[in-house]
Amino acid sequence: MDTTPLANGRNLLEVRGLTKIFGTLKACDQVDLTIAKGEIHALLGENGAGKSTLVKMLFGSLEPNAGEIQWNGQPVRITSPGVAKKLGIGMVFQHFSLFEALTAAENIALSLADDTPISTIAAKARALSYSYGLPLDPESLVGDLSVGERQRIEIIRCLLQTPDLIILDEPTSVLTPQEADKLFETLERLRAEGKSILYISHRLDEVRRLCDSATIMRHGKVVGHCNPRLETPSSLARMMVGTEVKNAERTTAAVRGEELLSICGMSRKPAGPFSMPLKNIRLNVAGGEVIGIAGVAGNGQGELFEAISGEALQDSADAIRIRGKSAGRMGISARRLLGAAFVPEERLGHGAAPRMRLSDNLLLSRHTTDGKAFVGMAGMVKSGAVQKAAQRIIEVMDVRKSAPDPEAAALSGGNLQKFIIGRELDRNPSVMVVNQPTWGVDAGAAARIRQALIELARNGSAVLVISQDLDELFEISDSIAVMHNGDLSKPIPIAEATLERIGLLMGGAEPGHLDHAKEVA
Amino acid sequence: MRIELVKRPERSQLFAAFSPFIALGLTLIAGAIMFTVLGKNPVEALYYYFIDPLREVWSLHELAVKAAPLILIAVGLSICFLSNNWNIGAEGQFIMGAIAGSILPVMFPEFQSWIVLPLMLLMGIAGGALYGAIPAYLKVRFNTNEILTSLMLVYVAQLFLDWMVRGPWRNPEGMNFPETRTFSPSAVLPEIWSASGRANWGFVFAIVTAVALWFMLSRTLRGFEVQVLGQSPRAGKFAGFSQSRMVFFAFLVAGGLAGLAGISEVSGAIGQLRPTISPGYGFAAIIVAFLGRLNPLGIIAAGLVLALSYLGGEAAQISIGVSDKVVRAFQGMLLFFVLACDTLILYRIRFVGSSAAKTVEATQNV
Amino acid sequence: MFEGILITIATAATPLLIASVGELVVERSGVLNLGVEGMMVMGAVTGFGVALATGSPWLGVLAAIIVGALFSLLFGFLTLTLVTNQVATGLALTLLGLGLSGMLGESFVGMPGVKMDYIYIPVLTDLPFVGKLVFGQDPLFYVSLLLTAGVAYFLFRTRAGLTLRSIGDNHASAHALGIKVIAIRYLAVMFGGACAGLAGAYLSLVYTPQWIENMTAGRGWIALALVVFASWRPWRVLAGAYLFGAVSIGQLHAQALGIGVPSQLLSSLPYLATVVVLVLISRNRRLTMVNTPASLGRPFVPDR
Repeated sequence: MDTTPLANGRNLLEVRGLTKIFGTLKACDQVDLTIAKGEIHALLGENGAGKSTLVKMLFGSLEPNAGEIQWNGQPVRITSPGVAKKLGIGMVFQHFSLFEALTAAENIALSLADDTPISTIAAKARALSYSYGLPLDPESLVGDLSVGERQRIEIIRCLLQTPDLIILDEPTSVLTPQEADKLFETLERLRAEGKSILYISHRLDEVRRLCDSATIMRHGKVVGHCNPRLETPSSLARMMVGTEVKNAERTTAAVRGEELLSICGMSRKPAGPFSMPLKNIRLNVAGGEVIGIAGVAGNGQGELFEAISGEALQDSADAIRIRGKSAGRMGISARRLLGAAFVPEERLGHGAAPRMRLSDNLLLSRHTTDGKAFVGMAGMVKSGAVQKAAQRIIEVMDVRKSAPDPEAAALSGGNLQKFIIGRELDRNPSVMVVNQPTWGVDAGAAARIRQALIELARNGSAVLVISQDLDELFEISDSIAVMHNGDLSKPIPIAEATLERIGLLMGGAEPGHLDHAKEVA
Repeated sequence: MRIELVKRPERSQLFAAFSPFIALGLTLIAGAIMFTVLGKNPVEALYYYFIDPLREVWSLHELAVKAAPLILIAVGLSICFLSNNWNIGAEGQFIMGAIAGSILPVMFPEFQSWIVLPLMLLMGIAGGALYGAIPAYLKVRFNTNEILTSLMLVYVAQLFLDWMVRGPWRNPEGMNFPETRTFSPSAVLPEIWSASGRANWGFVFAIVTAVALWFMLSRTLRGFEVQVLGQSPRAGKFAGFSQSRMVFFAFLVAGGLAGLAGISEVSGAIGQLRPTISPGYGFAAIIVAFLGRLNPLGIIAAGLVLALSYLGGEAAQISIGVSDKVVRAFQGMLLFFVLACDTLILYRIRFVGSSAAKTVEATQNV
Repeated sequence: MFEGILITIATAATPLLIASVGELVVERSGVLNLGVEGMMVMGAVTGFGVALATGSPWLGVLAAIIVGALFSLLFGFLTLTLVTNQVATGLALTLLGLGLSGMLGESFVGMPGVKMDYIYIPVLTDLPFVGKLVFGQDPLFYVSLLLTAGVAYFLFRTRAGLTLRSIGDNHASAHALGIKVIAIRYLAVMFGGACAGLAGAYLSLVYTPQWIENMTAGRGWIALALVVFASWRPWRVLAGAYLFGAVSIGQLHAQALGIGVPSQLLSSLPYLATVVVLVLISRNRRLTMVNTPASLGRPFVPDR
């Protein structure tokens, strides 16, 4: 079954029966994994399948409840990241483990056990980064760097420890397609140097292109091993999800109605020390269409969302119009009264209060728009009506939960997101703005959410979706605009949009130079 | 062995209800140990602290006199703490309320009418609220840490009171004692049932306020706003609630209630202004608020408990010669235990043995 | 005269400086301990009592340091192991410290204390103008300067200091890299407690060698404000502490001169100055956001 290109016939890492239990949940259940020397091994699985838990145990951040790990044929106990590093295991985290207030060199120093002076480390890091074509300024503050540059620090930090096994957790989720290509070259070079790589992803194309073998996880269990080059994307997806995966259907072509959301020259100064300004944003979204906004994380998408929702006000009332009304000086409640609905990126702590019940979280965004239904005399909350509405949403969106009215934090990411989206759809909004609709959501729930957004548009509403997931945007959008460094490009109709063209815009190519860039590429 | 916390999937209703009682029990045990160390019979000492004051009717009145300011201040603080505004300057707001409320009886003693008392109470509320508005304004306008500013203003208020009663407001017929003239009868808060004891209408204010605020917090949109902004400010902003307005709301309510407590204490229990008008009610109320789990109804019970500890301190000093300083140590311990026990609401506590034992367990499972 | 004023300013500033530098280390590790006042007052009563019993101010100082550190462990256990709210727990520590010290110190009230001697180096101390200022102060004055320099060196020149700062910036990242977040925070909290204890002993052994209930009089809180004022930098804490020393000595001199302003209002100047300084420093939101340790006051539960 395994067709690993063995260098000397010995395995670098063998894991048998590794189990991790959180409370009643078996995050990893009797997991087996074998990684040969000099191979790139993919770990595939949906969100919540247990991939991150598994690698945290391999890196010593989590302690397994049971199971055995063999390193170079010897049984080992990896009790801390320090032990892992000594063995020769390096890790590049998905949500980076960097310190924003420190310089790149200081960040690297912190993961090296010895007392080498910072200046020596900086010099080494600089040399190594250039030799791998990942240029890096060790003196710069991490807080000022882009996500791509941050990932370089993580990779350089990892390489400086000269590991035999490098674990990368979803490394391309923060990169443009072109940056990802560059990363693949680096990884292939590392493989040629005899290093092993454990590559975690849910992107099937890149796994098929890069990896020599794959282990597939579902619900905490290993459900298969395969050679990804011999599989098709749909056969891999079937293994990951367990059933056939349906793409959202775009039932009918979009019929552009009147413009329901128009942003004309919206600018915003950076709110915090490490945040992005918005530069003269222009965009119109008409009833009936879904417009997607692509971009690498941290290019101003969060700031744009807050400006559109009214959590941050504009200087001029005309900077944004909702259903024809100037709304720039209106707060979020007033914008909702105009018919707009908003779903932020962060579910816990922004879109929902974690320690409050679902019914309370319904009230969170609807106390003004549904004031008559939910709030009575003297500001008294009609809890009966609120609970009934919450139940209705739970049924319509098929939200799975363990108690009749649980706290938001008790739900899985997918189920909470279904509730939050359902909470807004239930109002039948004429303008819907969603930031990262399916981030960290399982495939079933994601498909359902995407379908719901398309249907909302087809029933005459304007839908704006901000996402870092290009596959998602290509699946649901009628046109795609790209955000880079606080600038928003013109929307490109889906028929003319190619992965490459969008990718170049994400990397900061000037729209005017695009054709030229295309020729070069 | 080490202690590990395991997050509960949902907050435990059981421990939410019982953690204050566990804390009280632990405080009693610690108190018993402390009395033993001091060479007193712990059973006898605890009896004088917590049982003896409850045996006489007049003593129950005294309990109400002490509990009233504690409850009034603590319910105001509960709004602050729930909305994540750390007002620890209630002692200063109490004093400023007392001073503002005393303007009429001290400066215009000949003005005697039924309206004097209501005016005094309103001015007391206004004085406390305005003094509370200072840290609120500084927090909203300049992003200044309200913990430090509200506390600094306590010292300022204490010194200001000291100056007032020794300087401009000193009783002209008072033999140079540092105190104001005694209030005329029309400026004195009446006793509820004077035949049996000293308890005044301040206690009624406290109970009514606590019930009203309980209703507001648990049943109205405003209460929801308080909780959302406190638990999760970004979600509160997303809901369209204003953080700045909430800062003012919380500080004005808490300051106003502390001011009401201050003028009620001066007008009802003392009858004049003195350099010291509070045995630290403003700080003890912080303990009351947490012991009552920031729920106004719970705060009524907690206020009575703390009031009992004050009375018990006096009783124990007279009967077995324990210093009344012990009371504050007691109260401090109580808050520690309350905070520690509240952990049980969100977490289960697990004691983990040495790692060697764990390895054995792990290999057996394989 | 001028030298005398400078020396009294130093005496007023030293306890603030010691307590602030300790709290600065605690906050740099991401923990907010509002119990400085309580730990200080425990140090004051312990230092006074032990010095009285043994006749040695140095034993008093040692005992105050130990008690301060042990007392801070209470706070550490609650906030670090039981993950209680740091603000509330710090308040609890202050209330407990004020209560306990009042109880322990009751028998000390009115007793003459033991005073720590000033340094005397023949010739040097007798130098005109600067002799007493540079070579003739109490020993703890020199300790406070060494402490500031030591903390500055530790935080910004050593790997251990870098590790401590990294925890304050992002405890989750630090944990992921295998840094022992909780253990280091315990050490930082105890260091802060030891410093607060020492600062308290300074009050009861040098500043006013006697025991008065609540004798810290809000200095613990001012020390907390100084850390904010100094944007979490040791040498700026030194500047801030001397500024406050100057304000409090200035108002004392103004009272002595009888300039016609009531003494109570002059006495409230240090507290008002604290408010003003806090306002000035926090006005610039951007600056405060850059300087504040990002995980300050945030709860941390490691997943294992």
